[in-house]
Amino acid sequence: MAQDIRETRDTRTTFGPAHQMTAPTAELLRQLVAHLRQNRTQLREEWARRITEAKLLTAMTKEEIFAEATSVYDNYVEALETGTFEALQAYARNLSERIIPRGVETHEVVGIVLLLRDVLARSLFAKYQNDFALLNRILDAYEPAANRIANTVAVGFVQERERVIREQQEAIRVLSTPVLQVRERLLILPIIGVIDPQRARQLTEQLLRGIRTNRAKVVVIDITGVPVMDANVANNLVQTVEATRLLGATVIITGLSPEIAQTLVTIGVDLGKMNTVGDLQGGIEEAERLLGYKVVTFAESSPDHARQ
Amino acid sequence: MEVPILKQGPYLIASIQSALSDADLVQLRDKLVEQVGRLRSRGVIVDVTALDVMDSFATRTLRDITFMIRLRGAETVIVGIQPDVAFTMVQLGLKLEGVPTALDLEEGIAFLSKKDSSPAKEASPSGR
Repeated sequence: MAQDIRETRDTRTTFGPAHQMTAPTAELLRQLVAHLRQNRTQLREEWARRITEAKLLTAMTKEEIFAEATSVYDNYVEALETGTFEALQAYARNLSERIIPRGVETHEVVGIVLLLRDVLARSLFAKYQNDFALLNRILDAYEPAANRIANTVAVGFVQERERVIREQQEAIRVLSTPVLQVRERLLILPIIGVIDPQRARQLTEQLLRGIRTNRAKVVVIDITGVPVMDANVANNLVQTVEATRLLGATVIITGLSPEIAQTLVTIGVDLGKMNTVGDLQGGIEEAERLLGYKVVTFAESSPDHARQ
Repeated sequence: MEVPILKQGPYLIASIQSALSDADLVQLRDKLVEQVGRLRSRGVIVDVTALDVMDSFATRTLRDITFMIRLRGAETVIVGIQPDVAFTMVQLGLKLEGVPTALDLEEGIAFLSKKDSSPAKEASPSGR
């Protein structure tokens, strides 16, 4: 018997909007909503107080917290009443959009929604403390809906965050791979940031296209700005160098940090065939030598100072 | 489709104009290896600008051509590999190791004449 009740409750937790619930549950929820409406001011204040107490949403002022608390509260009650979560979802997304740029963390958002759940549950205990059976039934109606609300808000927040992260990654990708010509037939490609396979691919394509359009003969790839390198990245780099060679150009890699050099030797990636020079300056000098340039100062080039 | 082989001074130029069957490639190889001796050429340029795919057989044949020509006393250079083709090739592990490559026909000729002039002149006492 107890098992049966639990089962119906579980299905409700995941799927059940109010109109699908059994009549008594719907009636209980109505009672519940009426109670929450009646005590709106007091419960809301209690909630805002506990948020401040728990040191959540520290990025926001007291007034802002209270304003957000009010609208979250109203949306919460509405979701309980109607059993539909679309409005709440939209609100959660909107809220996330506003608070993510201000550095609000996931645990804070989850924390405040759980606090609200607790505050409301406490008030239910207080109200129904004399009728334990009724309290039980009220909680049966309340808990699944409240859990689902908490879930909706948390998921909405995380989704929004992920969207922001994706957008930023895209922005970084677009910005970060310039192929620059520094001399006739000499390109440099300064790589900054983490290289993932997708970026490595894009980088290679851009470089190959650059070689073709600029008729480059030598390319200096500077990886001073690459913080870490693993076997995958190293292999991508090897592929880039090989593809470049197929177009008849030579690659010089510069700016391998001590850490990266150690990593590469330890994991046994064969960079032996690659032309590596300590820093970008050295790389460019080496490239000039390959191209037959000789850089001299005016003093050196004057007739008195013949080439040593 | 047969690949025309043009004689340009001391060099032979084979310009591949369309996708080739394996048989065509073998025929090209045989013709080049034969003509390089008959015409006393010092270099061979294989232009693959028009190719938008390069499979393992084509890659191997180009490698074979290079090594065979080298045994016949001349140098080979592959020119005009498209960026996309180059990228696909390295992803498939087709590296053309030991085969000189250049950007285009002009670069190929420059490469060969450089090869031709530097060590050859020093080595030959007559210095033609």
